[in-house]
Amino acid sequence: MQDDAPRARPASCTQLFLAFSALALQGFGGVLAVAQRVLCEERRWLTKAEFLELLAIGQVLPGPNVCNLSLMVGDRYFGTRGAFAALAGMIAAPLAIALAAMALYAQFAAHPVVAGALRGMGAVAAGLVLGTAIKLALPLRTSPLGVPLVAALGVACFAAVAWARLPLAAVLLGLGPLACALAWWRTPQEAA
Amino acid sequence: MTLDLLLALGGHFLLLSLLAIGGAIAVAPDMHRWLVTDARLLSDPQFASAIAIAQAAPGPNLLFVPLLGYQVAGLAGAAVALAGIMIPSTTLALLAARWGAARSDWRSVRAFKTGMAPITLALIAATGWLLAAPAGHWASLALTLAAALAVWRTRWHLLWLIGAGALLGALGWV
Repeated sequence: MQDDAPRARPASCTQLFLAFSALALQGFGGVLAVAQRVLCEERRWLTKAEFLELLAIGQVLPGPNVCNLSLMVGDRYFGTRGAFAALAGMIAAPLAIALAAMALYAQFAAHPVVAGALRGMGAVAAGLVLGTAIKLALPLRTSPLGVPLVAALGVACFAAVAWARLPLAAVLLGLGPLACALAWWRTPQEAA
Repeated sequence: MTLDLLLALGGHFLLLSLLAIGGAIAVAPDMHRWLVTDARLLSDPQFASAIAIAQAAPGPNLLFVPLLGYQVAGLAGAAVALAGIMIPSTTLALLAARWGAARSDWRSVRAFKTGMAPITLALIAATGWLLAAPAGHWASLALTLAAALAVWRTRWHLLWLIGAGALLGALGWV
């Protein structure tokens, strides 16, 4: 439903920079949940399916997936300038805050109220990531793979990382080619 | 001496950049081996505090890398570490994304996107699971589930959710 909404696009590199600064500054405990909310639902620069696609590319490449995502979104609209505007937005303001926090950390980290607040924020941040996973899963009902294969691949990958604690590179090398081969077999020959 | 240190720091992170599949945190053990065990530039608590601050502060978790550089060599160290970890992976990501976008109708490119979607999704879910797991007791798991439900079913601003978590934690309830 939301994915059918009219698409918007950023007006300028400045707007890209400001939008990514704003979303990075809201991203406590990781930027993924905020990025999905802002890019798909508020700004409507991406559909959920496109968001997941760009994230998949950002995931298999080295580098943080959300930074790769910001590069690709910026590049799509304004080329290299846009890519760096978006990436700079993602990093500049949070870096200044992190450096300031580093200076204060030693004094306050042991304080029980601060430690408790950080623990509570951590629990919520985990929930935001899980909720985002649920939201992004819904468009996969229409995947050419079909729901049973999507579910089987998803469960296998989750089990490998969360329970067996296998290294990410091993999981991607093992399950990635299998998933792509299955998708190749299920993808229609001619271009859409 | 300082220049040598900066060059060593930048060089190390340049090398690690292309190995950082899944983000800079994936190569944190290698950074630890060099900075703490071998070169003795940082202590264990210093290393851990950089990761803790990057987790707690807003923004990508990658920011623990410039924080490590900052502790080694001040602001210049932060700049060198950030540039080192970012430049190779950024260049590759940009080239790969353009290559893929120009060939979006190729069957192989579509198969890649279709196949990797469930894998990527499961990795997101596993990240959430691993972030939730260390807390362990029921109150914080309940808070995690409530936050998941809220982000899925409501349009509440995410900062309110984070703020509620901070408040509950500060009161000692989770």
